Amino acid sequence: MTEPATEPGRALRPVFLERQSYRRRRLMDAARLLPLLGILLFVIPLLWPVPDPDVPGGDGVPMSSAMIYMFAAWAAMIVVIALFGLSSRHWSRNDSPHGPGQG
Amino acid sequence: MTSLNFLVLVCLGYVALLFTVAFAADRLAARGRSTWLRSPLVYTLSLSIYCTAWTFYGAVGYAARSGLEYVTIYLGPTLVMLGWWWGLRKLVRIGRSQRVTSIADLISSRYGKSNSLAICVTLLAVIGVTPYIALQLQSITLSFSIFADADPNGAYAEHSSVVLVAIGLAVFAILFGTRNLDVNERHHGVVTAVALEAIVKLLALIAVGVFVVWGLAGGIGPMMERIDASEIGTWQVNSGRWVAITFLAAAAFVCLPRMFQVMVVENDDERHLRTAAWAFPLYLLLMSLFVVPIAVVGLDIMPEGSNPDMFVLTIPISQGRDGLAMLSFLGGFSSATSMVIVAAMALSTMVSNHIVMPIWLSSRGGGASVSGDVRDVILLARRVSIAVIMALGYFYYRLSGGGAALAAIGLIAFAGIAQILPALVGGLFWRGATRTGALVGLIVGFAVWTYTLLLPTLGAGMLSQAVLDAGPFGIVWLRPQALFGIAGLDPMVHATLWSLSLNAIAFCAVSLASFPSPLERLQGAQYVNVFDHSAGPRGWTGSVAQSEDLMIMSQRILGAGQAQELFSSEAEAQGVSGHLPEPTPVFLERLERELAGSVGAATAHAMIGQIVGGSSVSVEDLLAVADESAQLLEYSSQLEAKSAELSRTARKLREANEKLTQLSVQKDAFLSQVSHELRTPMTSIRAFSEILRDADGLEPADKVRYATIIHDEALRLTRLLNDLLDLSVLESGQVNLNRRDGLLCDVLDHASAAALAGSDRTLILHRNRPDEEIHLSTDLDRLAQVFINLIANAQKYCDAEQPELRIRVHGNADRLMIDFVDNGSGVPGEAQGLIFEKFARIGTEKASGAGLGLAICREIMQRLDGTVTYLDGIPGGAFRVTLPMAARLAAQ
Repeated sequence: MTEPATEPGRALRPVFLERQSYRRRRLMDAARLLPLLGILLFVIPLLWPVPDPDVPGGDGVPMSSAMIYMFAAWAAMIVVIALFGLSSRHWSRNDSPHGPGQG
Repeated sequence: MTSLNFLVLVCLGYVALLFTVAFAADRLAARGRSTWLRSPLVYTLSLSIYCTAWTFYGAVGYAARSGLEYVTIYLGPTLVMLGWWWGLRKLVRIGRSQRVTSIADLISSRYGKSNSLAICVTLLAVIGVTPYIALQLQSITLSFSIFADADPNGAYAEHSSVVLVAIGLAVFAILFGTRNLDVNERHHGVVTAVALEAIVKLLALIAVGVFVVWGLAGGIGPMMERIDASEIGTWQVNSGRWVAITFLAAAAFVCLPRMFQVMVVENDDERHLRTAAWAFPLYLLLMSLFVVPIAVVGLDIMPEGSNPDMFVLTIPISQGRDGLAMLSFLGGFSSATSMVIVAAMALSTMVSNHIVMPIWLSSRGGGASVSGDVRDVILLARRVSIAVIMALGYFYYRLSGGGAALAAIGLIAFAGIAQILPALVGGLFWRGATRTGALVGLIVGFAVWTYTLLLPTLGAGMLSQAVLDAGPFGIVWLRPQALFGIAGLDPMVHATLWSLSLNAIAFCAVSLASFPSPLERLQGAQYVNVFDHSAGPRGWTGSVAQSEDLMIMSQRILGAGQAQELFSSEAEAQGVSGHLPEPTPVFLERLERELAGSVGAATAHAMIGQIVGGSSVSVEDLLAVADESAQLLEYSSQLEAKSAELSRTARKLREANEKLTQLSVQKDAFLSQVSHELRTPMTSIRAFSEILRDADGLEPADKVRYATIIHDEALRLTRLLNDLLDLSVLESGQVNLNRRDGLLCDVLDHASAAALAGSDRTLILHRNRPDEEIHLSTDLDRLAQVFINLIANAQKYCDAEQPELRIRVHGNADRLMIDFVDNGSGVPGEAQGLIFEKFARIGTEKASGAGLGLAICREIMQRLDGTVTYLDGIPGGAFRVTLPMAARLAAQ
């Protein structure tokens, strides 16, 4: 016999995306969250103790540790954004940052 | 020891190298073989003009004074880069799709291509950046003077060297920044030179860093110990400043005119951002990696009181490393020159596009349609702007004394430039942002910044100590550095907090309260949803635009060759090659974008607007802007139109009905009158014919009398029927006019002869023949008919002893008037309105006429485009026949 007629509802956008598009959406989410992560990492040092002569042992954080933390965090962010760039390399130019629908 | 002369020589050699590189890159780009010039690497390196001499030299000094706080200057841009996917990418996409030429252009274009906003941003940028240029000049002279101090033989004049440096930089910027007026506003030469300088300054700083860590401190481990043991060996930062400066650096990274220039305007491909997103933060990281070691070692080994800002230079010199010192000097020199060149270029674009060009155009009066090449004017304006900006920087340097006050300028400029941020971010992400809001926000932010930061820090003498301590007029809560009584904040944090938050509040509040113009809403949608439709702004309705005018204008801006190419390619696309293209909206959009690349969006819009005229926004566009409400609006307006049409139709129907009713009444009246008029002669004819038939023995004389009566009545009946026929033909408009040329006097002669023939009553005519020598071109027979009627009427109805009729001919430029005035008693006032009606007769005693004569006259005169009227207020009956002068031939 003939093929079954397409049901009207089937023509609509599928509820679940295929795996690749799903991954892409989540990567976009990540790209949006990255600056927040960066801000978080870069304000953490503000919570460190400052040298206080009244407190025994309150010498604060040595500069070398502070430097190591700062540059390590910085480098980590660079690596993460580079990875994002790498994975988004094949996306077409006209992809909206929101994507077609929020998936 | 390096001599000063050798240093100058190296400097000149380096500048020559930059010239060569820039020149070669421009040549390559012109030949279209510039693929590697457009690589993401060059783009990333060009972004490094963010690192000026202030950061090259100053970061070490900053670290020596405040520890790790200096990294905030680099963390801000890093955070912006982390968000490139939804932030910078949008900015670059908009910049490319709208052909934006500067940050001022972007803002003005977003808010309805408003030039006042562009001027505002331009002024803000000039005020914010000029001191920054002064700072670069200072750093170059400082580094020179360090070599001069070390060289006992060198004769060094500080002021003259500053002048020379400023002039040299201006020349470079003019040569490579304004050489061509590219529609894309890209400068491959400058960008390549900047990229080269970026490599030099990075290598220089790393070389000094490596020398310090491995050459002086003995490796990483000992270096770390040394750092911890130094006076900046403990983590200690002011949290407020940390956050505020990071934020300011991020804002400045986007808003600084020079950053916008390299990041958005010079961008070739937005995919370059993908590389720059990690490579540029890496560059910043490398630039800041060795800052603390250099500072610590400098504090250690340099004599007490030496300037930590110059450690990068003084450490190698003190260790006798002349080559390294030279490299380091070149690094600083590169940082300063690249910043100054690009900043001057970006500012000059803004100044020429938004201040000079509008003034020039309006001063030319004729606006955009004046002939002549505008390109020279634009280029000249840019060159002069560059020179003026450099001169401003120089004078600022001289006025401020070139001392430590300048060092504070970097952050102050950042805070000033950051005032653009609310308008920029609002414009990019919020469709509700309006022009008024942006303008008010900018002005408020700028005012607060000036009051809380610029004047207290720099304007020594402009704000007295009393004002700083007690506030203006003793109002304590208005103290410049403790607004609203919140004292104790760091001045930088205080100013940033208040200026930006008041700016943002004013921007949002006014935006919410005001209503944007259609163009603003259109541009707002274009900007905010740029990824959904990257097409250009919609707009011109080209029906009125003249292709020729557009062509003339484009030639002046783009140059003849390029404009002709553009027009002929468009003509080909429209399928009319060989002719000028039709000014379709699509073509106008394209043209506007091309022009915007040269003169800025606002000016281009205004220029095309001058030629095209009218609104650029069609109703359809507006409906599209208004989204969902648009559909409702459209529907309801359609309904309204339909209902208006219905009521119009109903009114017309009602009117037609009334007219029909009137006509029917008139027809009834006419019929009854006609039958009455017909019945009277018919009655007498019947009566007398019956007498002739039935009565025997009539006297022959009686017979003749009765037959004469019957004959007269029959004649009268015929005349009546003739008249009726005539009238119906005239009224139905089916009459054919038989136009001929002739003299008015002949017509009058004919008419008087015809009217007076066979009459027993004499009527004396008074005429003035010379007046009547007028050539006419009209239906002379019909005209004569009118005259006959009038003369006959005078003869019939004039009640004077000796009836006389005076015919007067006179006229003015467009009408010829012929008056018929008799010496009778005239028509009584109440009857004057009726005499032209059918069957209207005055008095009943002389019923020889049917009362149709004047009605026929009126109809005839209407056909001849003239009138016949009764003249009131003249003794005697007076009629005036008026003919249009068109009927009168030109006087021979």
